[in-house]
Amino acid sequence: MPVTSEKIMQRLLLAVAFSALSALLLIAVFIISQGLPFIFRYGFREFLFSSQWNPQAGKFGIFPMVVSTLWVTLGAMAIGAPLGVAGAVFLTEFVPRTVMRIIKPSIELLAGIPSVVYGFIGVMVLAPLIRDHLGGPGLSLLAGSIILGIMILPTIISISIDSIMAVPKSYREGSLALGATVWQTVRMVTLPAARSGIAASIILAMGRAVGETMAVIMVTGNSVKIPGSALEPVRTLTANIALEMGYATGMHRQALFATGVVLFVVIMILNFSASYVMRQRKARR
Amino acid sequence: MKLDPKNTQRAAVAVLGSATLLTLTALIFIIVFVLEKGLPVLNWSFLTGAPQDMGRAGGIFPAIAGSVALTVLAVLLAAPLGVGTAVYLTEYTRESRLTAIIRFGADCLAGIPSIIFGLFGFILFVTILKMGWSLLAGGLTLALMILPTIIRTTEEAIKAVPLSYREVSYSLGATRWQTVYKVILPNALPGILTGVMLGVGRSLGETAAVIFTAGSSLRMPASIFDSVRTMAVHFYLLAREGISAENAYGTAAALIIAVLSVNLLAYWMMNRMVAKRT
Amino acid sequence: MPDKIALNKFSVHYGPDPLLQEIDLEIQSNQILGVIGPSGSGKTTFLRALNRMNELQPGFTASGRIMLDGEDIYGLDYDAVSLRKKVGMVFAMPVPLPMSIHENIIYGPKLSAGRGWKYDEAVVESSLKAAFLWDEVRDRLKTSALRLSGGQQQRLCLARTLALEPEVILLDEPCSGLDPVSTAKIEEALTILKERYTVILVTNNTKQAARVADRTAFFLMGKLVEEGTTQQMFTAPKDKRTSDYITGRFG
Ligand SMILES: Nc1ncnc2c1ncn2[C@@H]1O[C@H](COP(=O)(O)OP(=O)(O)O)[C@@H](O)[C@H]1O
Ligand SMILES: [Mg+2]
Repeated sequence: MPVTSEKIMQRLLLAVAFSALSALLLIAVFIISQGLPFIFRYGFREFLFSSQWNPQAGKFGIFPMVVSTLWVTLGAMAIGAPLGVAGAVFLTEFVPRTVMRIIKPSIELLAGIPSVVYGFIGVMVLAPLIRDHLGGPGLSLLAGSIILGIMILPTIISISIDSIMAVPKSYREGSLALGATVWQTVRMVTLPAARSGIAASIILAMGRAVGETMAVIMVTGNSVKIPGSALEPVRTLTANIALEMGYATGMHRQALFATGVVLFVVIMILNFSASYVMRQRKARR
Repeated sequence: MKLDPKNTQRAAVAVLGSATLLTLTALIFIIVFVLEKGLPVLNWSFLTGAPQDMGRAGGIFPAIAGSVALTVLAVLLAAPLGVGTAVYLTEYTRESRLTAIIRFGADCLAGIPSIIFGLFGFILFVTILKMGWSLLAGGLTLALMILPTIIRTTEEAIKAVPLSYREVSYSLGATRWQTVYKVILPNALPGILTGVMLGVGRSLGETAAVIFTAGSSLRMPASIFDSVRTMAVHFYLLAREGISAENAYGTAAALIIAVLSVNLLAYWMMNRMVAKRT
Repeated sequence: MPDKIALNKFSVHYGPDPLLQEIDLEIQSNQILGVIGPSGSGKTTFLRALNRMNELQPGFTASGRIMLDGEDIYGLDYDAVSLRKKVGMVFAMPVPLPMSIHENIIYGPKLSAGRGWKYDEAVVESSLKAAFLWDEVRDRLKTSALRLSGGQQQRLCLARTLALEPEVILLDEPCSGLDPVSTAKIEEALTILKERYTVILVTNNTKQAARVADRTAFFLMGKLVEEGTTQQMFTAPKDKRTSDYITGRFG
């Protein structure tokens, strides 16, 4: 009895095993097939490097969105990366393990807070603060960076803690035995040994920041222009897609898919780098 | 103050400690703020009532129903695929270039932003396959989104089942599949459920991918071809269009409570599994 | 009487390393074959070759032949699953599956019972009795097998194998971690079981082989050094290495 059903199961599972990979390829194919022809027709340089985004007039330059995405992401990394890595170091090296074992899952739990909630806090709390104390409309590049910076903290902290914990105890003990302080040990032994894991966590967080949509739409103000300062409103690539997808048709819709292609390529580059960095670590072991 | 190692260490601890404190404060503030503003709005009639005037008044019951329906559908679609993939990777094949590629595909899928899933679902399911904005289109899209999580956690859980159980099962004349479903899956179940729960949490909180595939109809869905509005989407629309801050807070509180309890449940199950193993 | 099992120039390699080299051996039914040898000499590999458990681990290759009732079990169309139902195995460490005692026993019979074809419930009692465990667990068949003591667990593993109604029983150092009472019970069970089965008992304890085995085989570094009646092996071994091992000069 089992021989035939066994064969069937094996084939079935083999087919199923390709589900994630096929989904990835399907997504790539659809986004690219919808967007790439447009890029060629409209002109690669014109699309990427022109600042004119005016769908009614048939102008589809996404340069302002590219620049804004870059700035918002860099801002988020400038806030999230040091805080996150500092938190990870503090929790692994300067706090009793039992405390860490409570705080780490709590932080990971917070990674589940929906992005719309972060966005809402940005609108209700952060934007007024910025408007009243720093000036500008409040909904701004800065607000976006801060909110994203907070959103990526759990990712950075969690993965960094894992990679710091993976550093063999003997490294640490060796350094401490030579009379180094805990901080010297962290700086000279632990962090260098954990560096690829920490780097991977930052790259992954960067991918999350680049791809985040709803929170960003809510707090950045969404004006299409190259920002002159951090207090000005900006529109990111993701926001551009989400804001106009609902009503776009024809060329306009294709332009949004083309925006998706750019986003997709950036994300894939980040994914590849993260997994490359991780593999480096494994190879060194 | 001299910069001897002792003082540097003190300074480092102070800086790192404040950074950690800042992080925790920011994250906890978000939850406390939303709950403080939202909990007073949350009551039975808010949870079970129909919205009136676009959500300006009344409750959020259709949005709760929408979230539940969409999440259940997504999990029903993703769990068999995710568990099947994990079983294949761990039990039916050896580590090879193929398994590396499949895992890499799952990792990449996990990194794709939800707006891209939204675009994809919109063009394939909503438009080309003519499902329209519907539970089905949304469920399929979300299923693909949560698939990598389920694959990863299931794989971990399966790897944690002792090798000796497999040996015993095979030595008693079990086939591979019999071993999988009689010994491996039951023992990996808590881990699999953890993955499913994490997927549920993600589905509940998702907005960008859902709004373009499941739409935002406030009516109760009668079939999988009807559009639904999830709690997250409802909250987004209330907040963004400035319809009602009060009801937005209420919805946000309900959403946060739902997501956090689901995630908490996932962690609890994971811990129980780890505890049982050691 | 024809041989139950016959090995013909049978070798096992792990990658390029030979784990078993050109073993020639005939095994009769209704006897206990004791297998002795120092650790790492290939006893487990030999045992796992007899029910093709080796092939579950990647990297193992077998050559030569093993005939069971005149059929080559490494033949292309020989089904490993049905082989394992005929050739049952008890591992060195007792591994009860994480389910009740009852479920552990019927795990095997249930596998072959197709839809509408029920296994025989009586097998639970008979196999537990044959493993000398029935009296200790008859009142708690539905409790978790993990709660049994180590010695009881190993007898449960024996009972579980018996429930398959196999023809050959392989035991890999089944008493290595057990107390003397459990060991005695298992040895007693085996001497009774050999009337119905072919028993192959790997043991790290030469005295155990001397007590229960009808014939004994001595393995050393992947080779079968010598095989003969237990009496002859322990009193007049042909090979010097055998006598060195038995008298405790190495291993
Ligand atoms: N899974 C395995 N992979 C590689 N080598 C193995 C494996 N199992 C056993 N061996 C090697 O095979 C040889 C024989 O082992 P084994 O059959 O377990 O001996 P015994 O049971 O007599 O102690 C040993 O040298 C051991 O290192
Ligand atoms: Mg052994």
